[in-house]
Parts: sequence; structure tokens; C-alpha cells
Amino acid sequence: MRVLPHVGSFVPAGPDEILRPAKPWFVLASLFAGLLLNLVPLQDPVMTYRPDFLALVLLYWCIQEPRFVGVGIAWLLGLLMDVGDATLFGQHALAYAVLAYGAEHFRRRVLRFPLWQQAVQVAALLVLCALIVLFVRFVGGAPLPKWTYLAPPLVGALLWPLVSVLLQTPQRPSHGSRR
Amino acid sequence: MRPIPVDTPAFFNRGPSPRARLAFFGLLSLALLFADTRYRYLENVRQAAAIALYPMQRALEMPGAAFAFVSDYFGSKRHLADENVMLRQELVARAPATQGYARVQEENARLRALLDVRAQYAASAIAVQVLYTGRDPFTQKLFVDKGSTGGVQPGAGVIDASGVVGQVTRVFPYMAEVTLITDRDQAVPVQVERSGARSVLFGNGTGRSPELRFTSPSADIRPGDRLLTSGLDGTYPPGLAVAEIVDVVRDSGQMFARIVCKPVAGIDHSEFLLVVSQSSALPPRPDEPGDGDAVKKGGRVRGRRG
Repeated sequence: MRVLPHVGSFVPAGPDEILRPAKPWFVLASLFAGLLLNLVPLQDPVMTYRPDFLALVLLYWCIQEPRFVGVGIAWLLGLLMDVGDATLFGQHALAYAVLAYGAEHFRRRVLRFPLWQQAVQVAALLVLCALIVLFVRFVGGAPLPKWTYLAPPLVGALLWPLVSVLLQTPQRPSHGSRR
Repeated sequence: MRPIPVDTPAFFNRGPSPRARLAFFGLLSLALLFADTRYRYLENVRQAAAIALYPMQRALEMPGAAFAFVSDYFGSKRHLADENVMLRQELVARAPATQGYARVQEENARLRALLDVRAQYAASAIAVQVLYTGRDPFTQKLFVDKGSTGGVQPGAGVIDASGVVGQVTRVFPYMAEVTLITDRDQAVPVQVERSGARSVLFGNGTGRSPELRFTSPSADIRPGDRLLTSGLDGTYPPGLAVAEIVDVVRDSGQMFARIVCKPVAGIDHSEFLLVVSQSSALPPRPDEPGDGDAVKKGGRVRGRRG
């Protein structure tokens, strides 16, 4: 597979590198993989820090392929997550819809930054998502969670460079020169 | 003469703007949230989606299960032998109680017949295994591997080897959701083993100890007391261990004592559980005068016993 060297060198495509359009099946498969990763049963210490993989993948596609993945698809996936996690109906859906909208808003700017600076902005969006969920649940009468509630979005932001390089790999020109 | 339009024409039709979409889907989510919190209208939709997700969830457990199987397989023989010896010893240690139980039960039935008291209960029990713990950080839930097809009823109590774990709150065809007694406002009617004082144990949410609320400062409750289910709710059979009192704070300025408890059951690590339900129905509730709050009533009953 040609996939591996790119990932191994861990270099994202520069702003001047022209990417091929993403294949719809790849977008859907990656979203499905994100959903599956979110549904993996875990025990407690790991669970506390587990990032929201689906939100990360969704964010990537909302930035890269806004025509294909937008607020509507994000909302539907959020509903599925609500069922999978047995949370209130509409809580993830609302958060993901806002996430998709935020991505649409800053997508032209964010790709100009190096990956770690993108991660900072992604962290802000993911924390916003978490705060929306917190607000919804708090209004619904849930107790305030511990500070570790904010750990998953931050871990998610740390994973952003990895996720974006992985998802970018199939779109990169196959025999591109490596700098 | 028509002025030249200054707006750029829409070359590519992309449907409504993201902002319009966000407004639409945002409002839709809010409506769903409202419907779910207030009225629970959407249980059917949830059931359908849960069935669709079920095979995926089971498939995802496979790597973990395979790992457990392999490590079991290669687990040292010594360890297994030790465990076997321990289990045998435990079995023998419990034998007197088990053997005595049948006799006591028979005697109890006879005495009850003499006193003309209704037969106590015939509890049915279904053994289940924990699939995974809930992923929602706001609630304390477990998912177990039997659902409505396995005979699990919503509302049934769930216990482990040492005490009460929680209550079945939602039943899917092949799995069931159990709300733990530590979940916020999850209530268990209890009785202090030593003094017989009745109260209600309330969960306090993730990471906080459950408490006895609405209990007067003069109640006969001490740290170290064990709490058993009182069976008044018709959910849990009476006499199951629930919790142990950790701390009692009596402040004369407060109406109620603050009583902190610790659950006896291995709430967060038991793997095998038992779903118990009382099959004999309680007599129908009398009509409540006005808007009687169950919580307040529990407190008053408790106060009278004093």
C-alpha cells in the first residue's frame, strides 16, 4: 500500500498541494468508523478521557468537503449517537449541528495554519460542543460533572493532526514529490 | 430600464445557507430534547434505532471478549486451582445458611398462615451479564445482556452478590438499561438493619455518595449501620443489603440530618448481576389527595416512627 509512507512521515499536505476530491464511499466509511469507535465499550479510567471520534471525523469532512457533509448529516449522526449512548434525544444532534456550522464558518481560514495551530481552534470548537451538551443537561436537571468532563474534547484536539493526516492520505496525489 | 442586479447570481445551487440549516436542525433538536425530557414520546424511535445499532455494538465487544477468552485460556493453572479451592470453601461456608433457609422459609409460611398474613413474595430472578457501562457522564447506567426477549421487565430491581445495584429503567429486545442506585435522585426505600428505622436512600450523581434524605436528626441511625431494602416500593424484595452508613451530620439548625452512605454492592465492577422482580402485585394504591409528593410522604412516615 502506498498509504503507509505518507502516514509514517506524518506530513500533511501543504496549502499549495492539490488534493483529489474525496470519494463519497471513503467519507461515509470514515464517518461510520468514527461512530463505531465511539460505541466501543470501555471501562472507566479510559472512558473518562476517550475523545469523541465521530465529532473529529465529522469536523474534518465539514472543513474539507462542505458540499457533501454539512449540518444535516451531522445532525443525523448526532441522533444515532444519542441512541447509542442512551442520552437525551437531540443532545448530540444539537452539538454536532453546531459543530458543523462552526466548521463551515471557519473552514477557509483554518487550513492555512499548521496542524498544531489547527488543533487549538479545533479544541475551541470541541469544547463549545461539550458546553452545549452540558448546558442542555444542566437545564434538564443533571448534576454538574467533574472537571474531567472537559478532558475528552482536549484529547480530541490532540488527536486532530493524526486524524487529519489519516483522512487526507487517500486524496493525495499518488506520486507526489515529497519535500 | 431595469437596473443591473448587483448580487452575484447563484451559479451553484447549494440549497439553504448553513445558517438556515443550523436554525432548522437546532430548533428540531430542541423540540426533540423537550419531547424526550418532558413526555418520553420517542421511546419507539429509540427502540428502533437501538435495534439497528445492536449488531454493531455486539460486534465491537468481540475484540475485548476474544482477548478475555485468550487470557483465560492461557491463565495459569495454579490461579484457576486456587480460585476453585476458594469457591469450594465459600460454598461450604454458606451451606448452613442455605440449608437453614428452606426450613426457616417453611416455618415462616406456616406462621404467616396462622397469622393470616398475605404470602410475602415470590421473587423471580434472571441472571445477566454486564455488557458495558453507560457512556453518558451525567448519569450512572449499565447495560446488561438480556432484554424483553429474556424476560426482563422494566422497573425490576438488579442485585449482585453483595447487594442492590440498581433498577431496570429501559428494556430493549436483547439488552436492558440499568440505572444504578448512585444515579442522581434514584431512590431506594430502605430500613436500618439494627433499629428498623425506615428511610429512603437517594443517589447523588457521578462521584458523589448517596444520602438518606428527609430523615430527622433524632432518628436512630449511626455510622456503620447497614441499610436493607424495606420492600415498601414493591420493586425490590425486602431484606437485600443496599448500603452502609458512613457519616451522620446532625445540625440542630437543619430540619433533617445529613446522612452519607456507601453502597455495599460492587456498583462499578460487578460483572454478573441478577434481575429480581416481585411477582405478586402490591394492592392498588389509594387515590392520593391532591398533589401528594412521594418524597415528602416517605419523610413523614419515617418521622412518625421516630
